[in-house]
Amino acid sequence: MVFTTKSLTDSHGRLTRRGTICAQEMIFMAKRDGTTTDPELKRTEEPSELLRELVAHLRQNRTQLREEWVVRISETRLLTAMTKEEIFAEATSVYDSYVEALETEAFEALQAYARNLSERIIPRGVETHEVVGIVLLLRDVLARSLFAKYQTDFRKLNRILDAYEPAANRIANTVAVGFVQERERVIRQQQEAIRELSTPVLQVRERLLILPIIGVIDPQRARQLTEQLLRGIRTNRAKVVVIDITGVAAMDVTVANHLVQTVEASRLLGATVIVTGLSPEIAQTLVTIGVDLGKMNTVGDLQGGIEQAERLLGYKVASITEPN
Amino acid sequence: MEVPILKQGAFLIATFQAALSDADLNQLRMGLVQQVVKFRSRAVIVDVTAMDVMDSFASRTLREIAHMIRLRGAETVIVGIQPEVAFAMVQLGLTLEGVATALDLEEGLAYLNEKFRITNRG
Repeated sequence: MVFTTKSLTDSHGRLTRRGTICAQEMIFMAKRDGTTTDPELKRTEEPSELLRELVAHLRQNRTQLREEWVVRISETRLLTAMTKEEIFAEATSVYDSYVEALETEAFEALQAYARNLSERIIPRGVETHEVVGIVLLLRDVLARSLFAKYQTDFRKLNRILDAYEPAANRIANTVAVGFVQERERVIRQQQEAIRELSTPVLQVRERLLILPIIGVIDPQRARQLTEQLLRGIRTNRAKVVVIDITGVAAMDVTVANHLVQTVEASRLLGATVIVTGLSPEIAQTLVTIGVDLGKMNTVGDLQGGIEQAERLLGYKVASITEPN
Repeated sequence: MEVPILKQGAFLIATFQAALSDADLNQLRMGLVQQVVKFRSRAVIVDVTAMDVMDSFASRTLREIAHMIRLRGAETVIVGIQPEVAFAMVQLGLTLEGVATALDLEEGLAYLNEKFRITNRG
């Protein structure tokens, strides 16, 4: 029961979810307590004492249990991306943090360790099932050692397990959640990076912007492109914008419409848009949706587009060497 | 709130304040159409920088102003449409077709100066 009260004092962010877990655990443990038949024994040995005994047992047999665990890990072919020595080193620290979490019922240290571990092993291609797998293996190895130790005293074994199981499950939970959170953080970070990379608005000359678009445009990216372009027109005081879609193989009707709207919105800001590099498929799409070609300024390739833009801006490009 | 109309050389400049009522817009339309002839102005600049929301009535009024001014023998430039407003207008189909636009007041003046310099020479 001690965990439940303790966990409620956790940081605010996790309070509610932990709270529900606690409630389930309490019901679960209450049921268990009801089945414990001997009130005499129960009074003499509180769960915290049992836990202390358990921790002492795990500390005593540290070397042997840890080794057994490592063997089980290699038997089940988990963590294949890591060498034997690395697995052993990680196993040692996981084992120690595991026992410490059992003893102190403080999961913050374990959580931090799980995050740190995830940070190190995710880039090496370790999968979620492997991390969850090794923690569950450790749980099983320890449970078996308890069976072996208390096999003569079934009642005591039962109560030791009562103390051990919820804590062990919580630890497994904490590690798995830590790993998944770290993974999600990495994914979010990468998505952010892709988003920023995907829409550069470049100034090539005074008042001339280029917007090269490469890859697939989905509605979300299209919206982002528009936003970035309109803001770019504002900040760079652009008069002409060349949107190059050479790198876009096809676009659906929604996105094509969006492109047309972007062109019109740019005009409202006083900028002329030149679209270059339309593929035959995209040209087909634009004709199908019936774009007013008077509004759309299109040039075959990017070079032509820039030349046209320079003409609009009044630039004249001349070679500095005299032609022969 | 009434929109002030300033005379600047051969141009008239009307600057929108935030949140104009429909009555204000109607009044502005009448004021501009009358004064453009009174001052023999060659062009009108309507600055909408302060408007962060443009409804269909405001947008239609802008277009009407532009067309009426043209019928009165002058030209209109709408300046300072915000990026978000521009995209919202386009999505609603309010594209102000046939009306000149510019980024801000400075650009609008530059556009008109350029245009009338060329016409004067020709």
